[in-house]
Amino acid sequence: MTPPDDRSREYRDSALRPYVLTKGRARPSRNTISVDTLLIATDPAPPLPISAGRQERALLAMCRGLLSLVEVAARLELPVSVVRVLASDLVDSGHLTARAGSPRSAQLPRELLQEVLNGLRAL
Amino acid sequence: MVSVRSDGYLPGTVTKSVKILVVGSFGVGKTTLIGAVSEISPLRTEEIVTQVSEGVDDLAGVDDKRTTTVAMDFGRITLDDTLALYLFGTPGQRRFWDLWEGLAEGAAGVLVLVDTRPGRLEASFEVFDQLEIGTELPFVVAVNHFPDTVPHSADELRTALDLLPDTPVLDCDARDRGSALAALTTLVQYAVDTSATGPADAPQHLPVSQEMVS
Repeated sequence: MTPPDDRSREYRDSALRPYVLTKGRARPSRNTISVDTLLIATDPAPPLPISAGRQERALLAMCRGLLSLVEVAARLELPVSVVRVLASDLVDSGHLTARAGSPRSAQLPRELLQEVLNGLRAL
Repeated sequence: MVSVRSDGYLPGTVTKSVKILVVGSFGVGKTTLIGAVSEISPLRTEEIVTQVSEGVDDLAGVDDKRTTTVAMDFGRITLDDTLALYLFGTPGQRRFWDLWEGLAEGAAGVLVLVDTRPGRLEASFEVFDQLEIGTELPFVVAVNHFPDTVPHSADELRTALDLLPDTPVLDCDARDRGSALAALTTLVQYAVDTSATGPADAPQHLPVSQEMVS
């Protein structure tokens, strides 16, 4: 049995500091994107501008299917906060479509909690 | 039950996501529990947080805030055609509270995993401080049973952890899918039970107006 919090899968470090990837911005253009916001490339997607970086292209390619922001970040091995900034831009430009993640209310609607409960019981 | 695509993508019909936090001290079994129930291999990602340095070498006049990266593991369960559940394992220590706040917003609840073996329970105290000070999320306490865990009654644990009488406390084996699912089900049942019954309900913490006082 491996230790529960296995520290051996170290995160790959990058020579580029995060702010380089986000062109100096620490915050996304919209605050509606959270870790579990679902993202998918808009179909058909407008072509990316020639100035788009490698990370934007990789992000868009990753989103050919439906994934949450945090899954995209893990698969691209980029920090969540960086992917949030990049994804916000791509939503703004119409390349990505975001489906609502967790509501930003203090408490979830009871009907939604009940649906989660029903789903867990059916597993 | 929804079948999982081999490429790991969600079914295109999913429109909603809900998250549950699994918190506890290092080594308590968070990632094990997430791995036991997740339909994808638990993934690790990192978040950048700003923190006040904890070192003893504070230099006067030097900004003592620095950024650091915190790893968090997560898993996923597609609950029905339209709903995906995400489980986030986050360390409970005080220095990770910045990370916590962003994650806790909009979460269904918190599963607190504790280790009751001698000398281990104290590591959970900071988690409960944060739950009481920082959030109003519903939480349940699951005791992860290690081979040398000595059983304690739920009441003993409530006293030791200073919990409210109605906070659910249960045993679990984080390696076992059924046991981990039972813990999650208890949490969501508790969240349903304690949630407002509908928009007609009076909001909580209603400020007392002048008219009501006079």
